[in-house]
Amino acid sequence: MSLLSIKDMSVDIGQYSILHGVSFEVQEGGVFVLLGRNGAGKTTTLRAVMGLWKPSPGSVRFRGEDISGLHTSDIARRGIAFVPENMGIFGGLTVAENMVLATASGKFDASRLERVYTLFPALKKFWDKPAGALSGGQKQMLSVARAIIEPRALILIDEPTKGLAPAIVDAMGEAFREISASTTILLVEQNYAFARSLGRDVAVIDDGRIVHTGTMAAFDADKDLQDRLLSLSAFQEDHE
Amino acid sequence: MSAVVARAGGVFWLPVVLAVIAFVLIGVPSSWLTLTVAGLSMGLMIFLMASGLSLVFGLMDVLNFGHSAFVSFGAFVSASTLAALSGWLTSGSLTLEVLALALALGAAVAFGLGAGWAFERVIVKPVYADHLRQILITMGALIVADEVILATWGGVPLAVPRPSFLEGAVIIGDSSIEVYRLFAVAVGVVVYLGLYLMLNRTRMGLLIRAGVENREMVEALGFRVDRLFVLVFMLGSALAGLGGAMWAGYQTLITPDLGAEILVIVFIVVIIGGLGSIQGTLLGAIIVGLMQNYVGFLAPKLSLASNMILMMAILLWRPNGLAPAAK
Repeated sequence: MSLLSIKDMSVDIGQYSILHGVSFEVQEGGVFVLLGRNGAGKTTTLRAVMGLWKPSPGSVRFRGEDISGLHTSDIARRGIAFVPENMGIFGGLTVAENMVLATASGKFDASRLERVYTLFPALKKFWDKPAGALSGGQKQMLSVARAIIEPRALILIDEPTKGLAPAIVDAMGEAFREISASTTILLVEQNYAFARSLGRDVAVIDDGRIVHTGTMAAFDADKDLQDRLLSLSAFQEDHE
Repeated sequence: MSAVVARAGGVFWLPVVLAVIAFVLIGVPSSWLTLTVAGLSMGLMIFLMASGLSLVFGLMDVLNFGHSAFVSFGAFVSASTLAALSGWLTSGSLTLEVLALALALGAAVAFGLGAGWAFERVIVKPVYADHLRQILITMGALIVADEVILATWGGVPLAVPRPSFLEGAVIIGDSSIEVYRLFAVAVGVVVYLGLYLMLNRTRMGLLIRAGVENREMVEALGFRVDRLFVLVFMLGSALAGLGGAMWAGYQTLITPDLGAEILVIVFIVVIIGGLGSIQGTLLGAIIVGLMQNYVGFLAPKLSLASNMILMMAILLWRPNGLAPAAK
């Protein structure tokens, strides 16, 4: 049984249809990458899994249970964490308060907190500082740290490298590799090199429809497919 | 909370700047002291009434024009309780007088809690995320509430009895300061400290502050903000009831128009203070209280317009208010 199974999921926002029958399955362990051009429906897919948009029709099953009608908080309590594109940091709260909110009991598990400090040493340094004063990279670290301070089965991460310096992107990649050893990650990413270095499986979404699923290794080996689905040649030229 | 103060910069010195300017313009220290204490007590009573409205808007984006109904009911419930216990007030026993006052304030708070719960469930819940309907239905509820007050207590002004220990004045130099105003300052400070501790030292407070900033993310962390909102709404209504009870004691004569009259001031305070911020609401309330008293003394004809002019000036300078919650 797959960890997350999305079947025929459609999402309408106002008068616009954003997703049209999206289906894919995420197996337990590793990083599953969801690729696609701007506006293809990647963020909407993550938000719909999290219950922030209500899919209609279609189903989202997590460990076999249909979670598509549940409240966002109930989905989170089933072991799904969300790292949104805007990071969702509470800027008026300290780093410590941001972290406390992510715990179920209000208390930290010492070993998990130590793991956070090891992965993101900057958070320890700025522990009692307002989160709003952190740099973009540090905010992203805090957002990911909140997702791993409690045991989770699945972490949804939306474009974590956007706007970050290369050194921070590398550090983030290392952290995701370590996290994915024990927790499944569903990663939405525009940075193909970053996605390729982490991904085990991949799905490509275009105009609200899944147009490809498979292993990352096979997708990476097929340049024609990449060009056709993502216009990667143009993308890479733009970034060189 | 210190983050709010840090982010707002020097605006928390504004009441001091205002007081210094007023000291120069008034020129008579005793009059200045009397006006300053009057302004502070008025400001802190307005803070009681406005703090709940600010939190409710900040947390759930709900515009509650019916908020002042809780102020009115608080005033009338408290006045009726004191009238019913008038024997205690005239007994000459300090204990009985204190008990009567505590019961009157407690009745206003209890009414606010209960009515706040019913109001949120019946009136507000169906119109989440729809500002136009919120304005219409809460204004309609305010009209209904005013009519209920009129039907229950009548249109004749109602005298509010005061315990004897709150009558009279304290003489400091040449200044005469009403005891009730000092009592109002003390209650306002205690409530502010209670709110501050609740927001900064409890998990519920942490959730409220986080919810004001980003409700969606709080839910994604596993918490039901809508359930938290009911509690915040009840708290805000209870504080409005307490504010109304204090205001009734301050005015000593109340009419059913009390809530509608105070609504404008409460909204001005919340807007200039910055939505969703308790510090901002306190700051806005103190500035409005001081301004009203200073301008009333220096240029009585400008008194009515002073708060509107103040709001326009502050919004031109800081469109989001003086110390809004982070968003």
